[in-house]
Amino acid sequence: MMLIPCPWCGPREEAEFHYGGQAHVAYPSDPAALSDEEWARFLFFRDNPKGPFAERWNHSASCRRWFNVVRDTVTNEILAVYKVGAPRPVLA
Amino acid sequence: MTQQEFRTVQGGRIDRDRPLRFRFDGRDYTGYAGDTLASALLANGVHRTSTSIKLGRPRGIFAAGAEEPNALVQVEAPFPEPMLTATTVELYDGLVARGLGGQGRLATDPDPARYDAVHTHCDVLVVGAGPAGLAAASVAAASGARVVVVDDRSEPGGSLLGTREAKALDWVASVAADLHANPEVRLLTRTSAFGYYDDNYVVAVERRTNHLGASAPAHLSRERIWRIRARRVVLATGAHERSLAFDDNDRPGIMLAGAARTYVNRYGVLPGRRAVVLTTNDSAYAAALDLLDAGVAIAVIADLRPSVSPLWTERLADRGVEVLAGYGVERVVGEERVSSVVLAGGREFEADLLLVSGGWNPVGALYSQAGGKLRYDADLGSFVPDGCREAVAVAGSANGTYGLAGCLAEGTGAGRAAVEATGFAAGTGRELPAADESPVTPPAHTWVLPGDETVQFVDLQRDVTVAEIRRATGTGMRSVEHVKRYTTAGTAHDQGKTSGVLTSGVVAHLLGVDVGDLGTTTFRPPYAPVSFAALAGRDRGALHDPIRVTALHAWHQANGALFENVGQWQRPWYYPRDGEDLHAAVLRECRAAREGVATMDASTLGKIDVQGPDAAVLLDRLYTNLMSSLKVGSIRYGVMCRPDGMIFDDGTVIRLAEDRFLVTTTTGNAAGVLDWMEDFLQTEWPDLRVHCTSVTEQWATIALVGPRSREVLGTLAPDLAVDNDSFPFMTWRDTTVAGLAARVCRISFSGELAYELNVNWWDALALWEAVLAAGAPLGITTYGTETMHVLRAEKGYPIIGQDTDGTVTPQDLGMDWIVSKKKPDFIGKRSFARADTGRPDRKHLVGLLPDDGETLLPEGAHLVEMESLPEPPVPMLGHVTSSYHSAALGRPFALALIKGGRDRIGQRVYAPLGDVLVPVTITGPVLYDPEGKRRDG
Ligand SMILES: [Zn+2]
Repeated sequence: MMLIPCPWCGPREEAEFHYGGQAHVAYPSDPAALSDEEWARFLFFRDNPKGPFAERWNHSASCRRWFNVVRDTVTNEILAVYKVGAPRPVLA
Repeated sequence: MTQQEFRTVQGGRIDRDRPLRFRFDGRDYTGYAGDTLASALLANGVHRTSTSIKLGRPRGIFAAGAEEPNALVQVEAPFPEPMLTATTVELYDGLVARGLGGQGRLATDPDPARYDAVHTHCDVLVVGAGPAGLAAASVAAASGARVVVVDDRSEPGGSLLGTREAKALDWVASVAADLHANPEVRLLTRTSAFGYYDDNYVVAVERRTNHLGASAPAHLSRERIWRIRARRVVLATGAHERSLAFDDNDRPGIMLAGAARTYVNRYGVLPGRRAVVLTTNDSAYAAALDLLDAGVAIAVIADLRPSVSPLWTERLADRGVEVLAGYGVERVVGEERVSSVVLAGGREFEADLLLVSGGWNPVGALYSQAGGKLRYDADLGSFVPDGCREAVAVAGSANGTYGLAGCLAEGTGAGRAAVEATGFAAGTGRELPAADESPVTPPAHTWVLPGDETVQFVDLQRDVTVAEIRRATGTGMRSVEHVKRYTTAGTAHDQGKTSGVLTSGVVAHLLGVDVGDLGTTTFRPPYAPVSFAALAGRDRGALHDPIRVTALHAWHQANGALFENVGQWQRPWYYPRDGEDLHAAVLRECRAAREGVATMDASTLGKIDVQGPDAAVLLDRLYTNLMSSLKVGSIRYGVMCRPDGMIFDDGTVIRLAEDRFLVTTTTGNAAGVLDWMEDFLQTEWPDLRVHCTSVTEQWATIALVGPRSREVLGTLAPDLAVDNDSFPFMTWRDTTVAGLAARVCRISFSGELAYELNVNWWDALALWEAVLAAGAPLGITTYGTETMHVLRAEKGYPIIGQDTDGTVTPQDLGMDWIVSKKKPDFIGKRSFARADTGRPDRKHLVGLLPDDGETLLPEGAHLVEMESLPEPPVPMLGHVTSSYHSAALGRPFALALIKGGRDRIGQRVYAPLGDVLVPVTITGPVLYDPEGKRRDG
């Protein structure tokens, strides 16, 4: 059970959160302009790295805010937490 | 009743003034308070406890703690429990148990005991109250930090309990007293930490009353789960002794040397009269000396090392015991019990006990669960901790430090570091006891002795032999993970506590590789068996999952409704009268709705209040059809899709004001739709000025349905013009109904003239009773979800989640009309131009009529094209999604998703049901009133 630091509430148990998949996958601004392949890539392709991964979490059982997390998928260590819209932080 | 012939005259941590009676395998015995079932059996001369699971070989007590691989028992009374180890069952008066051949039997009676859970947070969690753990706890507690100490034994002391270290045991008692007296410290005995999860979340089970048998007080929970979040963890989990692979190394009477020492010292029990000792290391000598002092003869000590320290040979020579360096065991004589042991070279020694020490394995299970790495230490001949990202330290023999002085020093250091890391100044713990220790000579690194591999056991519980491991490596397996899965070694209740490292050693021996390069298998929770009842705690029965009920639930119960679960809601399913079955009741309820007037509690419908200047923009982006053009006072049906174009939810949208809408969702998906809206508002369109709030439980909703519903509403709402022109379909009015403030919507989910009456949740019962009273002269009938389903299916209205499954587009449902061609974009629009969503053989929603007019197709039934089934694979056309008897049609009918279904209308297909293929004819999905003439009454 991870301890996830919500930027609004502080560290809380993983069970209070809802997972939202890869972060920084914006809904295309003009879907009609995309080729079938580009649209399929948006719909169906997500990264699955072994190591640091920027992903979305929602504090659904509390403040209900979405935010982004960089988590190491090997160790579950949370390397960074930042707000929606902010760029992915550069990690040392 | 037999005497305890193998009990020492004095000594041990048992209470000889409190004899306890127990029964094992049908025979009566006595033991003492402080015994385990295993020590009490040994005191009565019983070694053999079971028969092995695959080979049926006799097996006996092998260890003295949680690592026991053999002595599984089924407790029969006073409380039935399967698969416990005799070495961890504390003896109580009236215990009835029997030995198990590997598999237990669950009790058939419900468990009357209570189980509970506790959540706690601490600065430092110490797992293990042996010398290292107590030293750590003593320093940490003295600093003022909040400390939790858990230990799986009945009292603190760990391995010291099995020794005669009087000074050290006095120190244990003082530290335990300090910890109990400290208000910031919790010392939990009989508590096994079995899981180490992310971010120092450790889960333990405390056995509170198991050891009390029938005298357990009813007000105490039997077991409770501790969920502990610790800033720092100190693992002082000790080490388990391991065996060696030699011929017939599984016979009753063969025991780990350290276990025998514990039986003598802690329990005052002689595990035999005359012992042979086989060892690779120094630790067995201390065991031999303690056994000698207790009166066990030592026939010989066979040490696999080519030379032995004179320190030990001289001490044993003084006692007249021969030490043979460079000797192993060739074979063991005796099946039910060891009778003699033959050493390499052929010398035979009469003995009823063979003590084995193949070395020690630091208990690394929790450390490994925490993501810690293990490294092979060639000097120790075992795997030791080697780095972990969690805030954890390992101390004592769990870290490969085996002497008492070393364990105490390392525990003190770990305790100090842990409190300092949490911001406390380390205090001074109890003064450590002096430890008088002999210098240690390195152990031999031997795993397998020469002999017959088919009777050399590696995992006693799983009956895995060296021969079986050779078969695995012979097939080409090179990884212990593969060998484990192929042979099942290490997969029993004990999870290979004594056999895991031996398995790695044997694999390395057979492959001729270094065991350090081979590694161990990964450890996973639970470290020790834990009952489902304990894990469930209070979350059983009605508390297992939350149940949601409407404001009318008590009325439904009092009036004989049967219920079905829809999401977390309990909804009336149907209201049987006078012994009606489902079929009869639903036909009656349907007839009332189609021919007269009927009413249903529709309060579970999801409702979301959407407010803000950009509310219409949001809804235009989420629904496939246009919502911004909806007039205040009107209602529109809408469908939401995922970006991939598949239907996600449907419902009605009511425009309350220019900047305010009430959105309804399916009962099961209300939370999902709210999440969906908030996700887009927060992450994609933060510029939209919109707020969404769930109002599902603020509004109670009653559906009033049927050609005579207008009469009932007219009676109840005198201020409302109910004629069709004044109050047309898909509009709403705020008015007074039965004296209550109400919002009346003209919505129909049945095709009949119908209304939805919305009032405050607390007014629901008053409205419901008024509706029933006003409708009574017209024979108003209450109906449940089953009738609602039949009525909507007759009209071809799909249920999202029943007639769709996440692979269905609006066009697949024949609802092209709901997909806007005007809007530049909405969620899902781009996907309707994908090649896949345009395929002609996509599955379409169609109706089905069984040709015989009688067969009710099961939902989920497959549909095929041919009259008789060919050899598999049989091409499938689709499946039945909804199926009911129809009162209106006078026959059963179904809805189905069928490949190219709309192009097959009129064709016959077949539903294979058992051995029969039922012919059915495909129709359009709307089977009742296709012209929609009944909508306005
Ligand atoms: Zn929060």
